[in-house]
Amino acid sequence: MTKQTTDNDLYYKDTIPGGSHWSMLIRKGTILRLTDPQGGANVGMLFYNPNEKLERYNAPDTLKCQHTFKLTKGHCLYSDMGHIFCSIVDDSLGWHDTVGGNLSDHNMHKKWGKKSYQDHRNDWCISGDHSFLVELAKYGLNQRDMAANLNLFSKVATNNDGNLSFVENHSKQGDFIDLRFEMDTLVLLHTCPHPMNTATEYPKRPIQYQLRKSAAISEDDYCMNHCSENQRGFQNNALYHLGGSSSSYSGDLT
Amino acid sequence: MIKESNLNANDTLYRETVLAGDYWIKEIKAGQTFRILDLEGNQAADTLFFSADNTAERYSAMDTIREQGNVYLTAGTKLQSNFGNTLLEITADTCGRHDTIGGACATESNTIRYALDKKCMHACRDSWMLAIAQNEQFNLSKRDITHNINFFMNVPVSPEGGLSFEDGISDAGKYVEMKAAMDVIVLISNCPQLNNPCNAYNPTPIEILVWN
Repeated sequence: MTKQTTDNDLYYKDTIPGGSHWSMLIRKGTILRLTDPQGGANVGMLFYNPNEKLERYNAPDTLKCQHTFKLTKGHCLYSDMGHIFCSIVDDSLGWHDTVGGNLSDHNMHKKWGKKSYQDHRNDWCISGDHSFLVELAKYGLNQRDMAANLNLFSKVATNNDGNLSFVENHSKQGDFIDLRFEMDTLVLLHTCPHPMNTATEYPKRPIQYQLRKSAAISEDDYCMNHCSENQRGFQNNALYHLGGSSSSYSGDLT
Repeated sequence: MIKESNLNANDTLYRETVLAGDYWIKEIKAGQTFRILDLEGNQAADTLFFSADNTAERYSAMDTIREQGNVYLTAGTKLQSNFGNTLLEITADTCGRHDTIGGACATESNTIRYALDKKCMHACRDSWMLAIAQNEQFNLSKRDITHNINFFMNVPVSPEGGLSFEDGISDAGKYVEMKAAMDVIVLISNCPQLNNPCNAYNPTPIEILVWN
């Protein structure tokens, strides 16, 4: 069940159009809710530590330490340095992808042709790859800093032989995911289509987002207690924040 | 898919043994073939590839599995770069399948997976860090260290979205062989992991063979 939130908890809300990109610093103790207002959304996402941008989201570490191929409520999204960027504290979908990769310019042209800015202005089409490159460059980062991304709202499943398939119409109107940030995080995101999307035209699906204040983390927190690995992840985050002003988890560090 | 090699081990350009806990970094020229031989069985060879001309172009696990439509690597797999090019193609494989979504062990991820007090135990990423520090001519830094191939490792994925580290399906003498489609830098950590049952807690040497 979704917890009721009061207007006092809400910092900000906005909509990002389909086929667009943005980035923002999201501080520890903030919940980012993403909602699919039409159905069929895909949100490509990458995380970096703003204080040490060599530290970034690591999909394999995230999957293997939680013994999962899909991401949903209870899972934590890990950095390559053993920290938790954020926890999935709520989710109406049950499956988000992090193995499908990103839409390259080449694949976008092959699937959907070119729609240049000159000819189409705001109706042009850009790739997930260019979207991330633009946002990365704002922080002095480039191609070399790009790691495997999240594709929130999308599902890529395997059969018993390991064959991959993109599940059509996975996200419905009103589907949402809540990410609770466990450390200050530079968040890069785009609303370009999943690279395995089979639509006949480049699908442009907007995403709504809300930023609100998270309640303090309790000892029985669902994500922290989802597995012993996540308990240790929260211990690593507590060590990372030692001596800082906002230590919301004070569990046993030993 | 099991596919044996036609190459003769007596005709190699060179062959080198890499001990568990060591790294191996070399350039392989376009057209050359290299083999990783699992000498004692169920060893993991954590491997990264870079274009020798431009190291910003590198092996991409996600592009490779998406473009071939399958999560496991074996004979016939074209190892894709982040720029959408084929770096190498797997031309022979007597193991049958290899993992590329489990990533490498690192001291920090070992604290999550095993215990916080294991943080100083040797790990693949430390081998890679030493490799790039000692081989500045390749122009690699931590930014370039991304998601690798775990040759010989068995990480099955289920239709329900589960993922597990299972006992290896490799054995002493099994090998995987690939032919370079462009000049590539190969960076291997022969995995030192002592906490994972997938190698029976016993990391062992591998051998690298290279043919023109």
